[in-house]
Amino acid sequence: MKIPYYPGCTLKTKAKNFETSAIAVAKALDIEFVEIPRWNCCGAVPSLSDDDLIRHIAPVRNFIRVEEMNQDGIVSDEHRIVTLCSMCFNTLKMSNLRMKKNKEDLRKINDVMYLEKEHYKQDVEVVHFLEVLKDIPPSKIKEQIKNPMPELKVSPYYGCTLLRPKEVGIDDPEDPLIFEDLLSTLGLNVVNNPLKTRCCGSYQVVSDKNIVSSLVYDILTNAKKNEAELIVTSCPLCFFNLDRRQKDIIKFHHNFEPIPILYFTQLMAILFGLNEDAFKFEENYVDYKDLFERKELASK
Amino acid sequence: MDDVIKVKLIPIYILSRKYYVPEGSTIITAMEYAGFKLKKGVGCREGFCGACASIYRLPNDYKLHGGLGCQTVVQEDMQIVQIPYVPAPKAIYDLEELEPDPNIFLKYYPETYRCLSCNTCTKVCPQDLQVMDYVQAAIRGDIERVAELSFDCLSCGLCAARCPAEITQFNVALLGRRIYGKYLSKKGKFVEKRLKEIEEGKYEEGYKELMTLSKEDLKKRYFERDLNFEIT
Repeated sequence: MKIPYYPGCTLKTKAKNFETSAIAVAKALDIEFVEIPRWNCCGAVPSLSDDDLIRHIAPVRNFIRVEEMNQDGIVSDEHRIVTLCSMCFNTLKMSNLRMKKNKEDLRKINDVMYLEKEHYKQDVEVVHFLEVLKDIPPSKIKEQIKNPMPELKVSPYYGCTLLRPKEVGIDDPEDPLIFEDLLSTLGLNVVNNPLKTRCCGSYQVVSDKNIVSSLVYDILTNAKKNEAELIVTSCPLCFFNLDRRQKDIIKFHHNFEPIPILYFTQLMAILFGLNEDAFKFEENYVDYKDLFERKELASK
Repeated sequence: MDDVIKVKLIPIYILSRKYYVPEGSTIITAMEYAGFKLKKGVGCREGFCGACASIYRLPNDYKLHGGLGCQTVVQEDMQIVQIPYVPAPKAIYDLEELEPDPNIFLKYYPETYRCLSCNTCTKVCPQDLQVMDYVQAAIRGDIERVAELSFDCLSCGLCAARCPAEITQFNVALLGRRIYGKYLSKKGKFVEKRLKEIEEGKYEEGYKELMTLSKEDLKKRYFERDLNFEIT
């Protein structure tokens, strides 16, 4: 299955480990991510001003590129865009909903984009990779598991942009389970975290790291109280905050034991026994090696 | 009076004033015909230096067009003004100390990240470059694509003058091409080989001989030179 893939800028710079592992995992499941030619910014961050129409030009232009991929035969009758970054997913999907609902807004945007050969015909659907995985029969995913780790206690962290606002969320915004379902299919010991949808502090990290460190401390310790050994996420900004802020947390909480954070696709790549190039672990700050060495010894 | 050449004059507007200029003139020649003495806003007159950026509108067309004054032919009722210079921030860096890091554009031109993907820069570019595409490539740290897409940029500045996000596209592109040229482009072996030959004095005798030749002999040598030398 070939599907148009929207990377976004972070996956090409800070979150290479997410992109590389996701493409490898998708390939193992017979899904080919075809990067959208000439993609541009997703339009992040969603503007909160009343008159923000200009900010929707960027997402709509990406939708036109997907329609062009279908016209050029790069993909055949595949109008979904698969995203990995939760923020890109959120921004693109919000914009798509607005364009489908508000014809006048779309008309204005099409008019400004007169260099494009075609107008946006509203036939694109924005999906997150987790939704694509949900549609794959669990047996097919299970077949790929070469390194089962039934003992490994994993807690998912959703953050906010996968779930809120409700219209764009991929699952129930209050009590989502899509991540847990995937982790169960992967044969892992899924651990609940009551703060799995709590905000990580997001861009506040730019102005005040301490606000973020304090939020991250709560999120991590709640997962650890339920004996989580590993946290997985799908958002590069959540990942950055959960992973990097641990070096600050140790300064305030001397008995804090670091806990590894992985993109869910990195964990899948390990379970699938994929080549080590697919993990790109050198970009993870908190050490994960001890954990997997322990698990490997335990399973022998 | 057979030797009189008749030229049709057409009306154009320069800085809002009407002038009649010969049909087929470029913006630059039309302005000079109209009596403007151009000290700035003109350079090579061959479409290479980027000094004569101009903007214009045509009758019954809402679009604002960009063009090089020396390459754009005037049309009837065209409204023209030159933009000889665009104030632009220019980062100071030492190319020797830079690294081809994907975040290099963030460091020197952080405003690049304000891009709205509106494509206004592409619309105005007199070189027909995909300006917005290279700005987007810069944001994602794809230095090679920045260099490739901006190769024909003349730094005329029209993109930066029009950008609603106030980005200086042409300086971003210049940084990209410099890093690409120094650190990422494939280096041909012939440069090293030729440098070594020069250092070893292989051409000393030849130069001495050339210095003794007459102008005619030099011309003859120039036109008979071998153009199929090996550059691998």
